[in-house]
Amino acid sequence: MSSLWLPILMVVPVLGAIVVALLPKGSDKLAKQVTLLVSLVVLALTLVMAFQFTGAPGDRFKFAATYDWIPSFGVHFGVGVDGIALVLIALSAVLVPIVVLASWHDASGVKAADGTVVAPKRSVKTYFSLLLVLEAMMIGVFAATDIFLFYVFFEAMLIPMYFMIGSYGGAQRSYAAVKFLLYSLFGGLLMLVAVIGLYVVAGKGTFMFPELVGVIQDPATQKWLFAGFFIAFAIKAPLWPVHTWLPDAAAQAPAGAAVLLVGVLDKVGTYGMLRFCLELFPDAAKAFTMPIIVLAVISIIYGAIVAIGQTDMKRLIAYTSISHFGFIVMGVFAMSQVAQEGAALYMVNHGFATGALFLAAGFLIARRGSPHIADYGGAQKVTPLLAGFFLIAGLAGLSLPGLSSFVSEFMVMIGTYSSPAFGSGALTVAAIVSAVAVILAAVYILWMVQRTLNGPTAEPVKAFKDLNAREVWVLAPLVALIIGFGFFPKPLLDVITPAVTSTLSNVQVDNPAIAEKGAGQ
Amino acid sequence: MSWLMIALPLLGAFILLVFNRFTNRWGHLLGVVMSLASFAVAVLAFVELLGLGEDQRRQAVTLYEFIPSMKLNMGLLVDPLSISFALLITGVGSLIHIYSIGYMSHDPDRRRFFSYLNLFVAAMLLLVLSDNYVGLFIGWEGVGLASYLLIGFWQFKPSAAVAAKKAFVVNRVGDFGLLVGMFVIWTSFGSLAFKDLGAEQIGTASNGTLTAIGLLLLLGACGKSAQLPLQSWLLDAMEGPTPVSALIHAATMVTAGVYLVVRSGVFFEASDVASLVVTIVGVATLLAGAIIGCAKDDIKKGLAGSTMSQIGYMMLGAGLGPAGYAFAIAHLIAHGFFKADMFLGAGSVMHGMNDEVDMRKYGGLRKYMPVTFATFIVGYLAIIGFPFLSGFYTKDGIIETAMEHGAWMGWLAVLGAGITGFYMSRMIFMTFFGEKRWDKDAHPHESPSVMTVPLILLSIGSIVLGYFLIMDNRLMHFLAPAVGMPEHVPVPHLFSTTTVGLSTLALVAVGAAIAWMKYGRAQVPAVQPRGSFLTTFARRDLYGDALNESLFMRPGQWLTRIAVYFDNRGIDGLVNGLAAGIGGSSGRLRRLQTGFARTYALSILIGAALLTGALLLVGNI
Repeated sequence: MSSLWLPILMVVPVLGAIVVALLPKGSDKLAKQVTLLVSLVVLALTLVMAFQFTGAPGDRFKFAATYDWIPSFGVHFGVGVDGIALVLIALSAVLVPIVVLASWHDASGVKAADGTVVAPKRSVKTYFSLLLVLEAMMIGVFAATDIFLFYVFFEAMLIPMYFMIGSYGGAQRSYAAVKFLLYSLFGGLLMLVAVIGLYVVAGKGTFMFPELVGVIQDPATQKWLFAGFFIAFAIKAPLWPVHTWLPDAAAQAPAGAAVLLVGVLDKVGTYGMLRFCLELFPDAAKAFTMPIIVLAVISIIYGAIVAIGQTDMKRLIAYTSISHFGFIVMGVFAMSQVAQEGAALYMVNHGFATGALFLAAGFLIARRGSPHIADYGGAQKVTPLLAGFFLIAGLAGLSLPGLSSFVSEFMVMIGTYSSPAFGSGALTVAAIVSAVAVILAAVYILWMVQRTLNGPTAEPVKAFKDLNAREVWVLAPLVALIIGFGFFPKPLLDVITPAVTSTLSNVQVDNPAIAEKGAGQ
Repeated sequence: MSWLMIALPLLGAFILLVFNRFTNRWGHLLGVVMSLASFAVAVLAFVELLGLGEDQRRQAVTLYEFIPSMKLNMGLLVDPLSISFALLITGVGSLIHIYSIGYMSHDPDRRRFFSYLNLFVAAMLLLVLSDNYVGLFIGWEGVGLASYLLIGFWQFKPSAAVAAKKAFVVNRVGDFGLLVGMFVIWTSFGSLAFKDLGAEQIGTASNGTLTAIGLLLLLGACGKSAQLPLQSWLLDAMEGPTPVSALIHAATMVTAGVYLVVRSGVFFEASDVASLVVTIVGVATLLAGAIIGCAKDDIKKGLAGSTMSQIGYMMLGAGLGPAGYAFAIAHLIAHGFFKADMFLGAGSVMHGMNDEVDMRKYGGLRKYMPVTFATFIVGYLAIIGFPFLSGFYTKDGIIETAMEHGAWMGWLAVLGAGITGFYMSRMIFMTFFGEKRWDKDAHPHESPSVMTVPLILLSIGSIVLGYFLIMDNRLMHFLAPAVGMPEHVPVPHLFSTTTVGLSTLALVAVGAAIAWMKYGRAQVPAVQPRGSFLTTFARRDLYGDALNESLFMRPGQWLTRIAVYFDNRGIDGLVNGLAAGIGGSSGRLRRLQTGFARTYALSILIGAALLTGALLLVGNI
C-alpha cells in the first residue's frame, strides 16, 4: 500500500517551479506571489500530513511509497518518514514561505555599503523558481528511504543553492559559491564511493535503507564505509576542521538563501549521521565515538570563540552555527536517548532560531547595505521593532531558557553527561566543556547587540525605517514558534522519541538513559 | 490557581510589548494592576496555606509534561518558603510599580519600562514557585533577561549598554555552575524535581557527589546574588533606573541565590565542605561589600555595596543549616523592605536633584524633602540594627547562630555590622545633613505622593517586620514544613543582652560616631579627596574589575584574535599556501580569482585527511 503524501509534497513545488519559470518576462511580482502561494500549499499539506502521523509501533517509516526506478541495480524511488524526518520536513515547509516573503526584494540585487547595487546575474523569477526546486529536494532528501535516492537529492540540492549564492549574492558571490560547491562535491564523491561499496558488500541487490540495516557485520568494512559517509556529512554539517566554506557561503548568500543553507541544508549532514552512519555501521559508530565527540566539542568551543571575534554579522551568525552543529553532533554520538532526542530537536530549533537571526540581521543589513557591525549603532532608538525581533532571535541563539533552543541544548548536554554508553568519564568531561559555550554564547550575541542596537545612534542609522508589515510577518511566526516550543516542546518530542528509540535499538544501545535513570523514579 | 500569580504579570508584559505604542497612555496602569492582582492571588494562596495542617503545607500542582523522556514536568510548589518569596516579590514589587508611575513620568518609554517590570515579576515568581530545577532555571534566566533589559533601559548610554551585557555575562558564569549542577543531580538521582530530592533519596550518593552538587549550585547562587567572586556586575548595574535597582538589584532578584541555597538545603546539609564554603563566601562578601560601601560617593553605588554586604549575611545564614535558614529568610524579607525603602528614597532625592547621584553635591536635604528624609532614616536605623527595628532582630539572629558554628565567622560578622554603622551613617550625613553643596541649578523638592506613599509603607515594614518574624520564632515555625527545624530552637528576646548582641551594638555606635566626626561635624569636601591606599582599594571595588580584566578579559581577547587569525590564515591559508607552492602561481589576488577551484579542492582534501587521520588514530580502521 503506497501512500501518495510524500510524492505529492515533492511534486507540488516542482510544478510550481515550472509555472514560475514559464511566466513571461517582467512578471516578477506574479512570480513571487505564485511562489508564496505554492509554498503555503506545501506547508498546509505538510501540516495535514503531520497531524495524521502517529509514532505508534508498526512500520517504522510512515507514509511509505516505493516505486522501481532503475530495476537492474535495485534502485527505488523509496520514500517514507519517521518522527525525525517528519519534523525536518516540517521545518523546511515552514521556512520556505517565510524565506519567500523575506526575499521579496533580494533577487533584484544586493545593496552595498556605498549605495551601489550588486546586480543579479539572473532574473527574479529564476530565483523563486530555484527556491521551489530546492524545497522539493529538501523534502526529498529527508523522505528518501532508498540510499541511492538520498544520495541523488544530497548532490542535486547543491545546484539550486549554487545558483542562488553565485547569481544573487554579494560582491564575492562566485568565490563563495564555488568554494561551497567544491567542498560539497568532494564530500559527495566520498559518499558515492561508500554507497556503491555498501551495495556491493551487502550483496542484497537493493539500496533500500530498511533492508540494509544490520547487514554489514565485518567491523573493518563498517569502518571504511562509515568514514565515507561521515566525512561527507561532516563537510555538510559542517564540523571543525572542514567548516571554512560555511562563513563565506552564508555571508555572500542573500539572507533568505542563507537561512535555507544553514537552517535546512546543513541539517542533512547531521541527519545523515543519525540515520545512516549510526544505523548502518553501529560498530564503527561506537569505535569512532570518541574522536567524533572530540571534534564536536572543538567545534562548539572553537566556533563560539571565532564568532566572538567576527566583524561581519552574517559571518558571526555562521560561526555560531558551527558551534551549534557541534552540539548536534555531540548529541547524536552520545548514544543516549535524551541526548539524541535533544540532537533531533536541536536540528529543528536551530532552524527557527538561526533563521530568525539571519533574517533580522538581513533586514538590518538591507537598510544600510553593509554587513559590518562597526557600521551600525543605536538602532534600537530608531527601529525598536526590528531591534526587539533581533534581540529575541539573538537570545534564541544563546539558548535562553524559555526559548526553544534551550530545551534541545539542555537535553544534549544532560544526555551526554549522563550517558553511560562509553564509560562515563569522557562524555562527562565533554558535556562540562561544552557547557562553557553557554558563557561564550552570551558574549558573542550580546556584544553584537550592544554594538548594533545600543549606544548613540550612528549617523546612517538615523535614516532607517522600522519593519514594514511584510517584514513583521516574516519574523513574527518564527518568534512565536521559538517561544511556543520553548515552553511546550512536547508535540515535537512526542514524534521524535519513538524514532530515536528505534535508532538506538538498531545501534544496540538499549535506551540507557531511560532504563537506568528511569528506575530511580 | 497558583499559576495565575505568574500568568497575570506575564499577560501584562505580553500586552504591553505586543500592542506596543497603542498602550502608551494606560500601559503603566495595566502594569500596576497586573502586579497588584498577582499580589492578591499570592495573599489568597498564603491564607489557604495557613488554613492547612503543617504536614500538608506543600501544595504541588503539575501543569504539563515538559520533557517526557526525562520524566520532567512543569509544576508549581506552593509551600511556606515559596509563598514567603511570592509575597515579598508581589508586595514590594507592587509598591515599586506604583512608585515608578511617578519616577518614570517624564520618560517617553514608560510603557516599555512597565512591560519589563511585569516580565520580571512573572519570571521571579516562576523561579520561586517551580517545583523543579529546570523550571527554576527558566525563571532564573528570565529574571536575568529582565535585569539585562532594565539595566540597559537607557541603552543609548554606552555605559548602560556595557553594564547590561556585563551583568548577563557574569551571571552566565554562575549559570554554568547551576547547569552542571543539574547534570550531576539528574545523573545521580534521576530526577530534577524537589520532591524526589529529599534527605532519604540523596542519602545514597557519595560525599564527593554531594559536595560537587553543593559547590556547583553555590557558583550559580554567587552569580545571581553578586557574591564573591562573581560580584563585579552589581555596582555597574546601578546604570538602570532607580526603581529597578530597588526591585531587582536589592529587594528580590539578587536574593535568588539565597533562595537557591535554602531550597537545595539537603545537599548543603549533607556536605560539610559545601556548607562551609557557603559561609566563607557569605563572610567574605559581607565584609567586601561593606568596605566598598564606605568609599562610594555615588549614593546608588553605596547602596549597592551595602546590598552585596547584606546578602553576604543572608548567605552566611543559609550556610548554617536549619538554624540559619529562618534568620536568613527573615533578614532577606526585612532587607527587601528597608533596602527598597532606601533605594526609592535615593531615587526620590535624585528626582529632586536633577538626577544627581554624587553625595558630595547633596547636603542639608532633610528640610527640603521631609518625607523622603524620614523614611530614609527609618531604613537607615533598620539596616544598622538599631534596637527594636527589623535589622536588629534579623541580623542579630544570623550573627548569634554563626557564633555557635565558629567564633571567627561570628566576630567577622560583628565587624561587618560595625562597618555598616559607619557607611550608612556617612550616607545619611552627606545627604541630609551638613551644608548645601548643590549645583547651581538644583531646586530640591519633595516627590509627589505616588512616590512617597510607597516609601511610607516600606518604612512601616522596615520597622515591624523583624520583630514580627523573629518573636516566638514565628517565621522559623512557619518555614519548618519546607526546610525543617533546627535541633536547638533559639529563644528570641525583645532585647538580647548577650555579649555578642551588646558588642554588635557598641561597634555600630562606634562606626556611626566615626562617620559623624568625619562627615557630620567636619565639612564634606565637594571634591573627592585623594584618600589613602585603603580608600582607593575600596573605591576601585577591591580591584575586582581589574582582576577580571587581567585574568579573563584580556586573555580572552587574545585567544579570540588568535582563533580568528588561525581560522582565516591557518586552515584556509595553509591550503592557499600549498596551492601556490604546487601551482607555482603568485599574487594573492590572482590566486583568489583564478586558482580557487584548485585551491579549494586541496583545502577539502587536507580537511578530509585530517578527519580520516583523527578517525584512524583512535578508531584504528
